[in-house]
Amino acid sequence: MAAVKSKGALVGNRLAIASVLVITLIFLAPIYWIASTAFKPRALATTVPPTVVFAPEITPFIKLFTKRVQLTKPVDPAAYDAAPWWEQRILDNGERVLRTGANVQLSAYPSRFMNSLIIAITSTVLAVGMGTLTAYGFSRFRIAGEKDMLFFILSTRMLPPVVVAIPMFLMYRAVGMTDTHIGLIILYTAFNLSFSVWLMKGFMDEIPKEYEEAALVDGYTRMEAFFKIVLPEAATGIAATAVFCFITAWNEYAFALIMTNRRAQTAPPFIPSQLGSGVIDWTVIAAGTFLFLLPVAIFTFALRGHLLRGVTFGAIRK
Amino acid sequence: MAEIVLHDVQKYFGSVHVIRDMNLTIADREFVVLLGPSGCGKTTTLRAIAGLEDISSGEIRIDGKPVQDLEASNRDIAFVFQLYALYPHLTVFENIAFPLRAAGESRADVDRQVGEVARALDITHFLKKRPSALSGGDMQRVAIGRALVRRPKAILMDEPIGALDAKLREDMRTELKRLHIENKATSVYVTHDQVEAMSLADRIVVMSEGILQQVGTPLDVYRNPANLFVAQFIGSPVMNIAPAAVATEGGRTTVRLGGAPQGFALPPELEKRLGAAAGRDTELSLGVRPEGVIVAHEASDGFVPVEARLIEPLGSYDIVDLKVGEGTLRARTRSGFVERPGDIVFASLDTSQTHFFDTRSGRSLGILQG
Repeated sequence: MAAVKSKGALVGNRLAIASVLVITLIFLAPIYWIASTAFKPRALATTVPPTVVFAPEITPFIKLFTKRVQLTKPVDPAAYDAAPWWEQRILDNGERVLRTGANVQLSAYPSRFMNSLIIAITSTVLAVGMGTLTAYGFSRFRIAGEKDMLFFILSTRMLPPVVVAIPMFLMYRAVGMTDTHIGLIILYTAFNLSFSVWLMKGFMDEIPKEYEEAALVDGYTRMEAFFKIVLPEAATGIAATAVFCFITAWNEYAFALIMTNRRAQTAPPFIPSQLGSGVIDWTVIAAGTFLFLLPVAIFTFALRGHLLRGVTFGAIRK
Repeated sequence: MAEIVLHDVQKYFGSVHVIRDMNLTIADREFVVLLGPSGCGKTTTLRAIAGLEDISSGEIRIDGKPVQDLEASNRDIAFVFQLYALYPHLTVFENIAFPLRAAGESRADVDRQVGEVARALDITHFLKKRPSALSGGDMQRVAIGRALVRRPKAILMDEPIGALDAKLREDMRTELKRLHIENKATSVYVTHDQVEAMSLADRIVVMSEGILQQVGTPLDVYRNPANLFVAQFIGSPVMNIAPAAVATEGGRTTVRLGGAPQGFALPPELEKRLGAAAGRDTELSLGVRPEGVIVAHEASDGFVPVEARLIEPLGSYDIVDLKVGEGTLRARTRSGFVERPGDIVFASLDTSQTHFFDTRSGRSLGILQG
């Protein structure tokens, strides 16, 4: 009896593993496609059927970071030999790197990438910081109209943000905040704040208030108790909230496209803008996308331990 | 160490009056237990002393200094919570050191004081562990260590051993008693468990519905309950309470309980004293603890034949339910004294343990015979 049961359980187990593997492969396929294209020679990027086995090269990344023009005449062999290895890769492709004096001109990608980092990190810090303090207030003090205020905060998420894109753009233009870092930071902080408040309130409610009370009678002020006791206890919630806020800000496309075009443009609207006209170099776009994936992947991986609790939205009781 | 005085303290939660006219003086080095059913205001009183709860009016003085407007952190008292409230992200050592760090003490002083407390509580072997790795009893030891380490003016405890299992509770009770004898810290202890209260307290404060019912030593509260509430709240099994009719006929004074045909004998001068204390129209209740009901097999003067209904053998003694009038009178007897339900035995009241109460107000008439 037991043997029969364990055999059935074994088969079920194997089937479950197999289906998980299949699902994982389906989800990983696009990531593999982007990652592999980022390392392909340009000619192999668009072959049908797709090339799976190839000699990887980093030429797409060299192109991604440099400003280039088409060669109008064959390259001088002596100049070719004198060029550094990475420049030779570009010359091989019939292009040359633009220079100002002796300095290589960089493409716009690094600055767009930096914009993305600055805006996403700053807005995450702001949204999580303000959300944590707000949630603490709502969680610990009896506030008149508490429920109405919480509902109001939640209601800011009841419309898809794009609905307000045009009025926002007009307002931003009127106050001169289009194409500024601070403009996008305020926008993303506002998007994330309601989410952050609600998520953090769940976590704050879970922290027994006796912890702070113990600190209060032990001679600490409420502020000290907050920083020494509440914050460490809420670390998991803060980490989970930060991941969600960071991903939202990092991936945001529509507002970035409308509100920015140069100085404060983030990577998401920039990468497709490289499609341009004429020959499309998919390998460069894939390289840009691949690098763009990394920060979120690293951030999420670093905080993975906290995320499982995060997605249950504070529902776990101790 | 310090004296704590509560003067005319009132506390409202919205429209609910949770502490009414509280006047209480807790002497220096005294161990006072606030005892009462849940919702009686005892925890609120404790939290008000600690500064975790504001009071609506009145005055709280610690060492003669009014503290009701001070933050909890400035009152120099320690608090032990029912669920320990140990900081999970800190080690046991750091938990105990936490109050010392608030005072900004030097590293050497912190090490020395934590070490002393840990030795006193026998918890030195797990100072490096996290609270989550400890059992409930050990966690509470650490929480008590955190309260003791700072040598505060007073230690307030809110059902500190209520969450432990019965055996551990007994051990910790003994330990708390020992610690109090050693440290002599002014202690205020909240519980709803009268056994804890009786065994720990120098004085018990019985509360009900926000009102202080009686303050006294454990024996005093047990022997001379101020009213029906205290009489029935303290003692296990509870005191017998029955409507009583006192009459003198042919020179014999008797009290009939619950409409029983035969009355128990009372000393003759009692009726006069009762009349003086209560007036003739007062409805009386008689209260007598099970050990104040004397049971015999032989009929003799002053004993009334009654039927045993139920026998609860409790090992060292039995509790026997006797049918008296409409009600029952519970008596404490030697183990196996009444053999089986249905037996007829003879009962009388130990008049030195018989209390009379005004049924309507619940007040004790303060008449104990003997």
